Amino acid sequence: MSYITKPVARHPRMRTNALGLTSRDYEGTMSTLCAGCGHDSVTAALVQAFFELDVEPHRVAKLSGIGCSSKTPAYFVSEAHGFNSVHGRMPSIAAGANAANRDLLYVGISGDGDSLSIGLGQLCHAIRRNVNMLYVLENNGVYGLTKGQFSASADVGTKSKRGEVNRHGPIDPVNVALSLGATFVARSFSGDKRQLVPILKAGLKHTGFALVDVISPCVTFNDHKGSTKSYAHTRFHMHEVVETDFVPLRAEIQTDYGEGAVQSVTMHDGSVVRFRKVAGDYDPTDRGAVLEHLRESRSRGEVATGLLYLEETGEDMHAYENTVEEPLVDLPFEALCPGSAALEKLQQEWR
Amino acid sequence: MAHEPIDLVNDFAVKIGTVNGTGSASANSLLLQALFRMGIPVSGKNVFPSNIQGLPTWYEIRVSKSGYTARSPDFHLMVAMNPQSYQRDIQEVESGGWVLYDATRELDEDLVRDDVTFLGIPLARMCAERFERARERILMKNIGYVGALVALLDIEMDVIEGMLRETFSHKPNLIDSNFSAIEMGYEYARQHWDCPLPIRLERMDATGDHVMVTGNAATALGCVYAGATVGAWYPITPATSVMDGFKEYCERFRVDPETGKNHYCIIQAEDELAAAGMVIGANWMGARAFTPTSGAGISLMSEFIGLAYYAEVPSVFVDVQRTGPSTGMPTRTQQGDLMLTAYASHGDTKHINLYPADPGECFELAVAAFDLAERFQTPVFLVSDLDIGMNDWMIPRLRWDDDYRPARGKILSAEELESLEKYSRYLDVDGDGIPYRTLPGTHPRGAYFTRGSGHDKHGKYTEDSDAYLEVVDRIARKIQSAAEHLPAPEVHRGDRASPWGIISIGGCHWAVLEARDELRAEGVDLDYLRVRGFPFGTVVEDFVAGHDKVFVVEQNRDAQLRTLLCNETGCARSKLVSVRYYGGQPLSKGHVLEGVRPVLANALSEATS
Repeated sequence: MSYITKPVARHPRMRTNALGLTSRDYEGTMSTLCAGCGHDSVTAALVQAFFELDVEPHRVAKLSGIGCSSKTPAYFVSEAHGFNSVHGRMPSIAAGANAANRDLLYVGISGDGDSLSIGLGQLCHAIRRNVNMLYVLENNGVYGLTKGQFSASADVGTKSKRGEVNRHGPIDPVNVALSLGATFVARSFSGDKRQLVPILKAGLKHTGFALVDVISPCVTFNDHKGSTKSYAHTRFHMHEVVETDFVPLRAEIQTDYGEGAVQSVTMHDGSVVRFRKVAGDYDPTDRGAVLEHLRESRSRGEVATGLLYLEETGEDMHAYENTVEEPLVDLPFEALCPGSAALEKLQQEWR
Repeated sequence: MAHEPIDLVNDFAVKIGTVNGTGSASANSLLLQALFRMGIPVSGKNVFPSNIQGLPTWYEIRVSKSGYTARSPDFHLMVAMNPQSYQRDIQEVESGGWVLYDATRELDEDLVRDDVTFLGIPLARMCAERFERARERILMKNIGYVGALVALLDIEMDVIEGMLRETFSHKPNLIDSNFSAIEMGYEYARQHWDCPLPIRLERMDATGDHVMVTGNAATALGCVYAGATVGAWYPITPATSVMDGFKEYCERFRVDPETGKNHYCIIQAEDELAAAGMVIGANWMGARAFTPTSGAGISLMSEFIGLAYYAEVPSVFVDVQRTGPSTGMPTRTQQGDLMLTAYASHGDTKHINLYPADPGECFELAVAAFDLAERFQTPVFLVSDLDIGMNDWMIPRLRWDDDYRPARGKILSAEELESLEKYSRYLDVDGDGIPYRTLPGTHPRGAYFTRGSGHDKHGKYTEDSDAYLEVVDRIARKIQSAAEHLPAPEVHRGDRASPWGIISIGGCHWAVLEARDELRAEGVDLDYLRVRGFPFGTVVEDFVAGHDKVFVVEQNRDAQLRTLLCNETGCARSKLVSVRYYGGQPLSKGHVLEGVRPVLANALSEATS
């Protein structure tokens, strides 16, 4: 980590967004993670995504559990409320918060320990519940804060820094999410901002639960030879199966791809996600085909990346629960309390 | 054995033994409700198994012209409809009492007692002759014994018929069979026995301003009236009916008539941990949210409870206690969570607890729980139990003040934040230990990081001793200061100053009141205090200090209330005489008298020797 506080001065010609804010306005406090940590790159991508989407900082709610990844919500959008909860339980906080106030933009940051071991149940149920949020899983295959134990995403045969070999089969969050019916499933790499930023933007705009699994190498405990989550291994084996472009609402669509190679999905708010197929006939709207494709690439030792699956139904937890459009926190007490006359009437039935 | 003659008008207890899942519950509540409508004070206790169908289940009805509602185990009449439990049921009847049994099968001679009167009625055979469908034959057996009881106890037939009409107004074909079954039992009783029995009913006018309701329904209604919008839960006996009730009342009162959309959100969580998380998340946003659970659920929620305590997030936890430890006896009552809810979670934690004694207080204290949670920015526990929560209670009609508005505590608005130079979440601005809260989405200046890790008064992460101490010491002050703002204890003083007192809690109240009356009639006048909130305030401290000895009556093995009193008031343990019953049934006056009498007698003989 660096101990030098970032200066607040900014270049007068820094680009501003529609709100007149610069990307610096979407930053947070200084990261305390190790120098070169993949998570810091994810934070930078998030800052860019928020900036480019013209998000009002205080209308964001950022949540996390416990672990290195879970520290990162402090490092972006300092004018947003943050909630660093307990280990593996962030999805339930997010579900309750979203139930109460559906108008904020929810971002959960978690890791492979937080999401796939202690918190696997909550992750699965947040997907089933379709909580409207972007869920970024910073995946490095290792427990960093407790110094290098394998996590549940570590591949069979992975070597730890101490030389132990992992024998347990990995839990792949992308597979889990797809099989549970998630409507937005992506995988990216912290070292590939060009791919990651449009995915994060699309995820923020998606109605429902958007899972983004980001391979985010741990430079201290899992960046050695024998690790399948190192920078070198990921760069070499990463295989982009579909290229994503996010076109916000009202932005002019430029045709820089040849017709036919592009598949578009319109988001609930009218913005558009465009897919350019890199790997043959990959169809990011066909869940069965995506699962099959992922199985095949895994067998070839490839890490398939991109916005792998997208289904824009426009429905989320609130649609299932039939809640009012207005956030529950904004309902006046008069609309909530039935009053004395209703109580009298009700009690006639208790006699 | 000689019969003790029994002649008790409006003062007796009936126990009904049936088979779980055969429809006896509705027959029993019909019976209870009928007595209530005759203006006679009644209470009903459902003793049921953790089972869906096939095991023995009982319903106890106590009739008390004096208005006592505690459980009475002195059964004058046993309605024995389940051969599985005949042996035990017949043994339980008071000498001189009656056993009404199904005489379709002859009673085993070994079961016959010569000090009780056996009234055999061939219900199963009569139902088989009278009704065609198999299910109807089973169900109508229950209505048949109600018919017999109408004759035996002198229940007003008009009342029963009126209730059946109300119940089946939408199912006219069921009215006929129900009427037929009532008549079947009634006529048989009239033709074969001298009706009514010496235990019988006479119309009174003692229930006019009362209603019959369970504590869980009242708790649910309190949550609706307090303005709770988010309820998260995981199903658990005996708390499930709290959320059932919340759903029912929300569907009735909280659906937008124009859009058909809900002004509430109920989430059935994957477990109690998630339920707690959802409640904390919703409260963090500024909604009033709660979760109903039982002791096992509180154990699971404890990590989150510590987070809410330390990060100062309001939250309401309803603990409908059941018999522990572990899974324990899920369908029996106890007060075994008193220590748990007072100090739940690791590290130094202490929570506001409210202890209702009946459904009326469930309603009132549920509303108070939300106000206190927001005012003190902390978890609040409404500590009920299975007896209060699931049994039918006669209570004074609930009242509501339309001028009530939620006490939201210190929440900064966007305008207030705009005028502030700097906002610090955990700063003790007013010197009362309660900081100012902001809600997400209000204003950029209100943003802070809610965390369970060490933080300073500004909400920033810290590992600095002084910064840490400043926050945790303030929280301790804050919680302690809540004591004087909790519902005051209920205190009953004797006619003359007494060196002895009684302290009890929750549903123990009714048995203690009854026992105390009996002692007063014997010339022993005990002062009595019922705690209604934790941390205890000065009234409790003064009561303990002002008596030489204090009986502490509670329903758990380890005298948890006594421990809390010693721990929090600093009084000598020897001063508090523990009176406990924890076998899973609601407390009766006998439990109290058995504990108190020998100690009093001993003290009296010491004083006179």
